Parts: sequence; structure tokens; C-alpha cells
Amino acid sequence: MGLPSFTAQQLCDWLYKKDATSFEEMTNLSLKARAKLSEHFQLGLQIPTDEQESVDGTKKYLFPSGLGKFIETAYIPEAKRSTICVSSQVGCKMGCLFCMTGKQGFQGNLSAAEILNQFRSLPERRKLTNIVYMGMGEPLDNLPAVLRSLEVFTADWGFALSPRRITVSTIGITPAMLEFLNKSEAHLAISLHSPFDEERRKLMPVQQVYPLKEVLKEILSWDFGRQRRISFEYILFKGYNDSSAHVNELSRILHGIKCRINLIRFHPIPDTPLESPSQKAIELFRDKLNAKGITTTIRASRGEDIWAACGLLSTKRLQNT
Amino acid sequence: MVSNDGHQVRPVKLTYNEELSTGIFLFGFNRDFQFKAGQVIGIAMEENGPRRLYSICSGEEEEEIRILYKVVDEGYLSPQLSDLDTGDTIWITVPGGEFTGDKDPAVWIATGTGIAPFYSMFRSGLAEQKKLILGNRYLEQFHFFDEFASLLGENYIRCCTGESDPEVYSGRVTQFLQDEAELDPNIMYYLCGGAEMVVETRDILISKGIPFDRIVSEIYF
Repeated sequence: MGLPSFTAQQLCDWLYKKDATSFEEMTNLSLKARAKLSEHFQLGLQIPTDEQESVDGTKKYLFPSGLGKFIETAYIPEAKRSTICVSSQVGCKMGCLFCMTGKQGFQGNLSAAEILNQFRSLPERRKLTNIVYMGMGEPLDNLPAVLRSLEVFTADWGFALSPRRITVSTIGITPAMLEFLNKSEAHLAISLHSPFDEERRKLMPVQQVYPLKEVLKEILSWDFGRQRRISFEYILFKGYNDSSAHVNELSRILHGIKCRINLIRFHPIPDTPLESPSQKAIELFRDKLNAKGITTTIRASRGEDIWAACGLLSTKRLQNT
Repeated sequence: MVSNDGHQVRPVKLTYNEELSTGIFLFGFNRDFQFKAGQVIGIAMEENGPRRLYSICSGEEEEEIRILYKVVDEGYLSPQLSDLDTGDTIWITVPGGEFTGDKDPAVWIATGTGIAPFYSMFRSGLAEQKKLILGNRYLEQFHFFDEFASLLGENYIRCCTGESDPEVYSGRVTQFLQDEAELDPNIMYYLCGGAEMVVETRDILISKGIPFDRIVSEIYF
């Protein structure tokens, strides 16, 4: 565009440090530069069009994404941190049996800008300490946009957040997972949900093409260093994946991987054949895993009353309206 | 050879590449490896190029590997594949995946090119005691019709949404299943196709009394 090379730094400064939303605000750029930029690019934010608040303080925001499409974003305040749960796709292709997002099918990938916008436009943005890519969609099925958004989140010229404050969740798309590990420093969370192939494939169709054993083989050979964290998400379903046999098999397959397991109580979705276990059963499962030497925690359910909890995000009701 | 991301890949030369119906192609190459019916292979245009997974559309003992694919205009690989000629080279991975069948009674449910793994099972001697429910928009898209019809007879059900025919159910696969009075809860149900079809079909099966652990799905990501 024929602009001086330092313009890029100035632009980033305005966009990510000074919250500019128009080129006119960028007063240290020449009038000519501002005119040229306005001619070629559009600046602005997509603010949420709806908001719901849970009794526990969790909020769910609705963002438009193109014509007749919407995504949801969750804001989860806690005593010592505040987390935004961002979406990476409109809907999801993965079709996991327990997930509300999967029930709406796949309507499209979000751009990096749309992922970043969820963070930038969140009313509580200044309070945010952590980002999790655990909203609608499978992040590693939209890896280019996810990587671009991670770069802006973590670069010194961007929002300059520590990658140790960001977790990207995946159901285990092996090639994309390896690319993510190579190109990002953010933490990785893998949805496990059953250590047994036959059981897992009934819950998660991805098991057919990217079996867990191949995912774990790659994880086992990866050097995560001292700071980067690998965790496994494990939704507990009453009478399906909560037995002692599951504890023993988890212990066996995760042997040698320095990791943590996050236990999540299943949040029932309409017409589901799966059931939620009792809190006591979850605690017992946690204790058994801890006794096996696997650091295991129970993730608090947040925002269930507004359908913002894990596995409940969906905008199916709004599509094409 | 090992690609940049650590996968074993190797080049193969196409023995043909033809358009079976509008936008649906089939190519083949000589087989020199073992696989299980229903498995997939990764395919790329170059050694280190981006790969996509495709179901093998051949029997386990056949001399050639066939791949059935739909050209997605905005897709990365399929438009390039459709431009290939006999003798052109693609790069493949070793076969993988666990969407494999057996000889037990089962219902196979597919739409579009989701028929590929079932055709592989069919050609591998796993067609007995099977019912195939296949959905397509147009009649010309029911590829391998003669083979399926001759062996499966009434257990081969075509569901067509865009054209009508006295021998074809007029409507979607999901509507056909809704209309079915009874489904056997004691056999397996294998589903293959796009995400929406698989999820919707699975919900219908569950609502009609099929235990979820009797449903196995492969989604074309």
C-alpha cells in the first residue's frame, strides 16, 4: 500500500492496546495513510446481540456470524480468575452423542477476526484472565483461524496474553493437533470420555478415523516442557464410563504422560440416552484416579441454568431466522 | 517415506479417474497393501501437502484401490483430484480407522459418498444379513445399483429427494426411518455421511428404541 513500515506497529498499537475502532482515531497516522486504510479495510466490532446471566454469575453472549448464523460465548467469573469460553465454528461436524452443539450440525468456520471479536467485544473484557477454546465447534477443525487468533492473543504486538493462560480443546484430530503443538504454546485439552475404543466410538464418531491410541502415542512422544500443560477432559456418564475398570484403564493408557484429568458432570441434553452421575459418584471416581497417581480435579458446572455449561451451547433455534 | 508431520506416505499412480455422475468421481490405483473394509486413507497432491481422508471403496481382496469422492467447489483437495488423469501421481498414507464391519446382522445407512465404506464391506463378503438404506438427491447418484440390488434385493432401499421413481422411496433417509414401523433393537446400525444426517439419524434411531451403543457412526469431516 506504500505506507511506511512502522505503520504496522502503529496500527497494532491502536487496535490491541488503545482499543481503536476506526482509522479516524489513529491520529499518529498521516491523513493519507488513514484514507488509504479506510479505502481497503473495514474496522469495527460486532457487539453481542443478546445476553443471559446465570444464578452463579456465568454469562452467555450471542454474537451474529454472517447472515442468519449465530454463535455463543460464555463468560465465567471465579474468585481468582475470569475465563472466556470462545467458539471457533458455527455448529460442529463432530457429532458427539452428548453435545448440544453437535445436534445443530455444521454451518461454517469462524474467521480469526470473529474469534478475536468474542474477546474484544466482551463487556467484561478488562476482567479476563483466561481464554479457553471450548465453545461451539471443534477448534482443530478450523486450525488456520485458530492459530491466527492465538497469534494475535499472545504476540507482543497483539493482546500480549500469556499462552499459559490459554487452553485449546480438541477431540483429537491427530494431524491438526500436531500442527497446533508445533505452532502454538497454548495448553492443550483432549476430550477423552472413555479409555475403551468400543465405548468411545459410540460416544464420539471421531474415534473411527483418529483413534485415541494414536492420539496418545503422539502425546507421549511430545515434549511439553515444564510450563505447557496437557489435560484430559472426561465427562462422566452414569453407568457407562464410571466404573473401576475405567479407572484402571485410564491409569494404564495415560502411564508416562504428565497430565491432569478434569472430570465433568454430564449436563443432560434433550432426548439423550445418557445419564448424569451423582456428585458422590464423581468424587469417588476422582479419588480412585488420584489414588492411582493421576492428578484429577472436578470441574465445577457453571451456567447450567442458562444452557452455558459444557456441551450445552447451541444456536440451532436461531439459524435462518 | 515420512512426511513433515511424521506420517508414512508414498506416491501412487492413478489407473483411471472418471466422473460417475455430476460432481461424483471415482479413481483407482493398484493395491499393494492390506486393509480392512471400511477403513480410510489419507490423500494428498504432494508429499508434504495437506491431506484429506477418504474411505476406500474396494473389497479387501481386489487388485485395485478405488476412491469415490464428491467435488466440493470450495474444497481444497477434491477440485484438484477431479483434474487428474490416468498416470498422474497422488500421495497416500497407510490405511487406518475403525469403522469396520463384520458378518453379524446390521443396517447400513448412508447418504452420498458415504456409501463408500459400505461398498467396501459389500465387496469384502460382508453383505449377508445386511440392510442398506441409501439417500441421494438424484437417481443417477445411486452408484453400484445393480450389484446392491442383485444381492440385497428388498434389503436395498433407495431414498431420493430430487426425483421420483416407483421403486424408490421419495424423501430423505431420516423420513424413511421415521416412517418405519419397527426397527430391530438387537442388531447394529452403521451410519456414514455428513454431520447433520448422522446426528439426525442417530437421534431418530434412539427415539425408536435402538440402544445408543448399537449405533456406530462415521462422519465425513
